[in-house]
Amino acid sequence: MQTLVAYVENKPGVLNRVASLARRLAINIDSLTVGPTENEEIARMTIVAHTDEKGAHRLEASLEKLVDVLLAENISTRALLERDLALIKVSADQQNRPHLMELIKVFRARVVDVAPDSLIIEVSGTVDKIDGLLEVLRPFGVLEMARTGRISMTRGGDLLQPPGQQPTRSELESIGSKVE
Amino acid sequence: MKLTGAEILCESLTRLGVREIFGYPGGAILPVYDALGKSKLHHVLVRHEQGATHMADGYARASGGIGVAMATSGPGATNMVTGIATAMLDSSPVVCITGQVSSKVLGSDAFQEIDITGITMPITKHNVVVTRAEDIARTVREAFLIAKSGRPGPVLVDITKDAQQASAEFDWEASAPKLPPKRIRNNHDQAEFDRAIEMLNTAKRPIILAGHGIMVSGAMRVFEEFVRAGNYPVAMTLLGIGCFPANDPLNLGMMGMHGEAWVNNAIQEADLLIAVGMRFDDRVTGDLRTYAKSARKIHIEIDRAEINKNVKVDAALVGDAREVLERLTPHIETREHTSWIRHISELKGDSAVRDIQSLPDSGHLYAAHVINDLWKETHGEAIIVTDVGQHQMWEAQYYHHNRPRTLITSGGLGTMGFALPAAIGVKFAKPDAEVWVVVGDGGFQMTMSELATIVQEKINIKIAIINNGYLGMVRQWQEFFYDKRYVATPLVAPDFAALANAFGIRGECITKRAEVVPTIRSARESAETVLIDFRVEQEDSVYPMVAAGASLSDMIRRPNNPLVETANEP
Repeated sequence: MQTLVAYVENKPGVLNRVASLARRLAINIDSLTVGPTENEEIARMTIVAHTDEKGAHRLEASLEKLVDVLLAENISTRALLERDLALIKVSADQQNRPHLMELIKVFRARVVDVAPDSLIIEVSGTVDKIDGLLEVLRPFGVLEMARTGRISMTRGGDLLQPPGQQPTRSELESIGSKVE
Repeated sequence: MKLTGAEILCESLTRLGVREIFGYPGGAILPVYDALGKSKLHHVLVRHEQGATHMADGYARASGGIGVAMATSGPGATNMVTGIATAMLDSSPVVCITGQVSSKVLGSDAFQEIDITGITMPITKHNVVVTRAEDIARTVREAFLIAKSGRPGPVLVDITKDAQQASAEFDWEASAPKLPPKRIRNNHDQAEFDRAIEMLNTAKRPIILAGHGIMVSGAMRVFEEFVRAGNYPVAMTLLGIGCFPANDPLNLGMMGMHGEAWVNNAIQEADLLIAVGMRFDDRVTGDLRTYAKSARKIHIEIDRAEINKNVKVDAALVGDAREVLERLTPHIETREHTSWIRHISELKGDSAVRDIQSLPDSGHLYAAHVINDLWKETHGEAIIVTDVGQHQMWEAQYYHHNRPRTLITSGGLGTMGFALPAAIGVKFAKPDAEVWVVVGDGGFQMTMSELATIVQEKINIKIAIINNGYLGMVRQWQEFFYDKRYVATPLVAPDFAALANAFGIRGECITKRAEVVPTIRSARESAETVLIDFRVEQEDSVYPMVAAGASLSDMIRRPNNPLVETANEP
């Protein structure tokens, strides 16, 4: 499993281009999350792909060839913080509810909705942690689950920022006049 | 100045240096055609939109500039798909402009509406839909910039009819390209560069694998300096032909599936491969597990995604071929490699005996004879545009190109039907050049309707049909690998000379070797298009051949007695 981060233009069709590229390279995407960054014109993607280092290089280099991708980087081997968020609806009656509450506490999850026969649990953390909670909840009866997929960030001073707008843009424009 | 979107498009194309547009009109692009009529742009009316894209592609490959193709929405646009893919696989800068239904009805399955940007997403370098007149100038300028920069490729601009009709302020200065700011990568670190220098200066048996990228980056002179500095033998890919003069003793010829045997053997015995602007295609490497086992590898390539894709390399120098070679050459300490080069010429000795040119003239007409005679008669100076198949490989083996951009052929996609339309584009790019189409009887029948375009445009192209009555390359595979079961390869064709006459073109039919040279001479003397139907040996095969997936060392060689009888004496 390889983790890539990409900064892309925040506009329609870009997600399609990225997904279509992975399909063309026959790389299976395990999860892909996308959301705006502090700059609303730029979105950030975390792509978790079922491939090896070679496939990740190909995906990274091919992503950067897309006009709308500003930067793509394979961060799999770097010190990472990763988070996944899940909402899990689990059946809960009067008898097993205290037991459930214990488990939720252990996993540092929280209850965000309570109904007579069910609870909705919100949990965030690593993929392993959420998988672990899911495993112990199964015997109670998991009714529904929604997960965001993984977002990742390199730790500390290892910054991964979108390329600066001004100098690059003017540089591209100067190439433009050369072509003409 | 207020102009309609259609007028803005024509004005922008003119300012970008476009002279010819290859296209076909239709409802959704009509406003543009109306504006075209009032502009100085010359429109070449094709007979099928696939032809338009091949013409634009041929124009781009011959000129080094950008070719422009135009079509209407729906079927006009979908007919372009094969030509766009052809340009994509061979990194050819083509800009396709398609009309689209009005933005108000987009997505409603309106008449002749198709999602052409969706369809062409994986086969274009970039594509875009324009729905506002004020965006047209900037988008077209961006398309030209993207098509030509870095590793070139096709770009499609889909313009809705209402955007063509609406009026907007036309301000060229204000419509400069505004592409997303990309990260500029450090191409390669010093350590990688030093490692390459070390390999270059210590190799005993080096060989250069020269590809299309040398021509794309305009690195021919710099490349020659590099070759001379290290006295390196040069093997070429199909698309690399022309990047280094064929008559230079260091030029070995073509490598790969139908490459010369001595070239493939030299690659297998080399201790260093210097790959320049090529991508280790499977047709070049054969079985990767046995490919150049004893060689270290340097890869000079502009596209990072090509590095270590097929062949793991020891030093990757990512960048424009010209810039990288300019940096490398001063560090090369001259190495003579005399015994290595002598060894390669010894390998060559064996192949020359098997060469069909050395065989006694039996009266049979072989494709190799035709192409060899064509080479001699044109002094190797013509621009040859080939189709795909056996004749393409024979051209690569027997026509020796000394100048870049004189062999125009579909390599990566292997598109039959490419030659005739591409040659029309070539002729517009190089009006004074002698242009020959070398095409099989199968491929010719795919796009022969473009003969009418030739006549309408009054251009002078010579067409040599290598007619063996089969889909020859497929037949060859059936002979070698399917026990001669010729399923769907025998091919009925019209009388091509009579067909040419019907279009108003002079046609000739040749069945004997002795007639080849006089007919080529007479065709060359004509100021008009001439079509020659060469009825060649029907079951001849291209040798040597590395079977798909076999080791490069494992070549099928021409049998000692190659004179198979023709099934149908013409």
